Amino acid sequence: MEAARPLTLPGRRIAVGTRFNLAYFDGVMMAAALGLIAFSIFTLAAATADDIPGSPLYFVLRQGIYALIGLVLMFAVARVDYSRFRELRVGIYSIMIASICLVLVFGAAARGSRRWIELPYFRFQPSELAKLLLIVALAAFVIEHRRRGGDWRSTVRILAIGLAPAALVFLQPDLGTALVIGVITLAILFLSGVPWKHFAAIGGAVAAIAAIALVLAPAAGVPILKDYQQERLTSFLNPSDDPTDSSYQLRQSQIAIGAGEKSGRGDQASQTELNFLPEHHTDFIFAVIGERYGFLGAAFVLSLYALLVWRALRLLTFSKNLYGTLIAGGIAAMLMFQVFLNVGMNLGIMPVTGITLPLMSYGGSSVLVTLMAIGLLQSIHIQAQLASRDSRAPNPLLR
Amino acid sequence: MYRHRSGEETPARSARLSRRVAIVTGISVAIFSVVFLRLWYLQVLSGDEYRELANDNRVREVRVPAPRGDILDRDGKVLVTNRTQLGLQVVPDDLPKAGADRKQVLRGLSAVTGMTPQRIESEIEEVRRISPTSPVILKRGLGAGKVFFLRENQNRFPGVTVERVFTRDYRQGTIGAHLFGNVGEVTAEQLKLPRYSSLEQGDTVGQSGIEYEYDRFLRGKPGSSRTTVDALGRPKGELRGEPARAGDSVRLTIDADLQAAGEGALGSFGLPGAFVAMDADNGEVLALGSSPTFDPAIFTRSITESQYKALVSRENDAPLANRAIQGAYPTGSIFKVITATAALDGGLITPEEIVNDPGVFQAPGDTRKFKNAGDAVFGPINMNDALKVSSDVYFYKLGFEADVPKGRGGVIQEWASRLGLGEPTGIDLPAETEGLVPSPAWRNRLFRQKLTDRRWTAGDNINLSVGQGDLQANPLQMAIAYAAIGNGGTIVRPHLAQGVESVTGEPLQDIEPAPKRQVEVPEAARQTIMTGIRRAAMEEGGTSYPVFGNFKVPVAGKTGTAERGVTESGLPIPDQAWYVALAPADDPEIVVAVTIERGGFGADSAAPVTARILEQYFEQPITPAVATGQAATE
Repeated sequence: MEAARPLTLPGRRIAVGTRFNLAYFDGVMMAAALGLIAFSIFTLAAATADDIPGSPLYFVLRQGIYALIGLVLMFAVARVDYSRFRELRVGIYSIMIASICLVLVFGAAARGSRRWIELPYFRFQPSELAKLLLIVALAAFVIEHRRRGGDWRSTVRILAIGLAPAALVFLQPDLGTALVIGVITLAILFLSGVPWKHFAAIGGAVAAIAAIALVLAPAAGVPILKDYQQERLTSFLNPSDDPTDSSYQLRQSQIAIGAGEKSGRGDQASQTELNFLPEHHTDFIFAVIGERYGFLGAAFVLSLYALLVWRALRLLTFSKNLYGTLIAGGIAAMLMFQVFLNVGMNLGIMPVTGITLPLMSYGGSSVLVTLMAIGLLQSIHIQAQLASRDSRAPNPLLR
Repeated sequence: MYRHRSGEETPARSARLSRRVAIVTGISVAIFSVVFLRLWYLQVLSGDEYRELANDNRVREVRVPAPRGDILDRDGKVLVTNRTQLGLQVVPDDLPKAGADRKQVLRGLSAVTGMTPQRIESEIEEVRRISPTSPVILKRGLGAGKVFFLRENQNRFPGVTVERVFTRDYRQGTIGAHLFGNVGEVTAEQLKLPRYSSLEQGDTVGQSGIEYEYDRFLRGKPGSSRTTVDALGRPKGELRGEPARAGDSVRLTIDADLQAAGEGALGSFGLPGAFVAMDADNGEVLALGSSPTFDPAIFTRSITESQYKALVSRENDAPLANRAIQGAYPTGSIFKVITATAALDGGLITPEEIVNDPGVFQAPGDTRKFKNAGDAVFGPINMNDALKVSSDVYFYKLGFEADVPKGRGGVIQEWASRLGLGEPTGIDLPAETEGLVPSPAWRNRLFRQKLTDRRWTAGDNINLSVGQGDLQANPLQMAIAYAAIGNGGTIVRPHLAQGVESVTGEPLQDIEPAPKRQVEVPEAARQTIMTGIRRAAMEEGGTSYPVFGNFKVPVAGKTGTAERGVTESGLPIPDQAWYVALAPADDPEIVVAVTIERGGFGADSAAPVTARILEQYFEQPITPAVATGQAATE
């Protein structure tokens, strides 16, 4: 019954004997992550002061608490040798699938979809954690299959393992997260060395499915996407003025960012202050940054993401084993794709998918999971450093 | 540097991995580049545009109506000014678009305004069609209770505000009702005219009367207020706007007291009629009224169709009609002054030539007999006797002799036209009627068109000579004609406004229209006529002596009693009374013309109304010279 155990129990067991040293942390990555979360709190303080009458610090305090808990979790994860998770892949995968199913059955509904589980003081969004759990489990499954050879069968299996949670999340419905999971799966497959022709086949299948879902099925009267999803995916191509329309949000967000010009409007940021910008503390926080702090602020934030992604990609070759490479690749793909989807939506070049901006958007699940993901990256970094030191130095036991 | 530490990896696999890592890195660089470039494009390259869009988003410009200028009487007494009211205004764009939310707001509005939701929708739709962004004033004159209710429940009424609106305030009640006209929202058709080029939907303009005629001075210049609003249209703060510029005041030539005296005297008969009192030298209208009258304030509220019908229906004698400029009446004997002028100028008769009046006139070769009113017989008389006693036979003879049975007729038609009949007077009020001077050409054309049963005959000219038959004129035209006799031939251009002043009373512009033209009234003829009508008013036996005989100011005046034929059902219509006076007779300052439909003898109704006006003008009481009932006939 390993699958039912909480994650931390095996973690603690694995931690035994793991050498943990703050000196082996990737300081640059750490700085980028801390910079982003600090910028998030800074922006929320300015932009949400009037959102909840009487408590100007409502979002700031909560985001601060999430950040603190997240940092603690990050350190906890970082000191575990990620390689030990490989053995737990079935358990981790089962927990992930179970938590998503739990939401489908018991989840709290908001705006027509069930994405959360109500906990005391906290609304937990299992699909956020699912992304991370999938990365850890999928990377392990990939290595299992690689040992048996890179044939069609194993490629299809890996795809199935990755796309099963994507399908479940899609049913919530949460199209954005389903897409992120899909991208994670593809990234891990790609890095695991799956032959190009397999990828060509997958690419063809994706194109066919997209065509069926967006064009053929609705034309045939069998909608696969909900109306609002269909509209969101296409509306950024044909904007309108209806405030209830998602293209209105895209337009307001572009106006906000554009109006920020080079150095921002500070407290004159009317798009945010006067609520023209919807969801300004979550999905559209990048537009808030763009309007308040201008190109300087927005480019600074993007640079922090670039730094973060660069440090993650660096681990692909730096990692002590393929498992670490695949995990780092999955996390890098996750961060990269979320930043691209969210910022792209804010900039009006991507559809509205409801994806959060990691570490920047207000929200506990997203902050905790992203920090845990960075903890994993740190673990890979630490382990690589340790291994490298071990290989340079003679047997440490002899020291 | 590729430092893969895994013992599981073969060199071939490592090479493949590093290729794929390179690809993933390349994709990342590409994605970041796209995002950076887009950010650069939005913020640095097109930032100005978006900054403007953001400002458009938050700033709502609302037109602020300008208070209209006042209308003053000649002494500066305020006749029409403004009252501010609170109006319920809706910005259609800010209402919920459709569905249950909109229904709920409309239900709420319905409760506040007493209008049905359908009516509210249709009013909004009407404005939207013309100007989609204009706010709609749904109701004026909201009570304090409703204002507080709306303010307290502002969140239940998105897009609904309470605004200050201006309403015309008629300080003198119904006095001058026919002069001012009403104001109203500029119509879609009007907005296409150059006259209204600076206006927008929702602005208020004069739609009739003085308000229409002098609108360009009165209307002022609307300003704008700029308000910051949030995404739901809720106001968040004021920005600098353009203040509205109040309209200028128009000072009339009207004397409010004289106007009140005239309206009072005319109204006391309870019959339809009209009066004009005018400066005989320059055409300044001192008083001009029509009966029945109406409350001009009725147009400041929304008026129902039945109310409007009541104002224009024939059964109610159409109170809205201004009979002083829109009446088209035969004038009766007051026309004799024109016949006299024509006959003397045309050499048909001399002032002293004696004509025998046996009480009846029969044209040679005609079987018809034209009689004096009341079968009076005046015997041998000259022209000024004939004017004094108003002999019809004397003028029948002139009418017969002056007849030219072709074209525009003879001297009578010619002088009627010279003195301003049959043409617009040019007064500064819209919608005057020009009336008709009947001529052979006119009647024969009607006959050819089969609109009448006969051609022109000498009888038509005989009728015209005493102001009967097809002649159509209004009191203002008759006042102008008499003024020309009184002042020696100046055809004045009557006007109601004498100047424009700023809000602070500073004169900005004088209004002094030049006379229309000068006509050559032979001095001898003028003297004869003035003597004749002066004797009619001031000498025992004169037609209006009973009314004016005791007046300290000598009056030259002529009575008229016009026959109005029969109704459609064949009942005789009572005669229409007329009176025109010039005073003082030696050098007339003022001309007064009065007519009363169904008023009977001119001396009995129209002359007394004239007397009340002259009393007020000269501030001298008039007592009857002879007990009423003994009035001379015409």
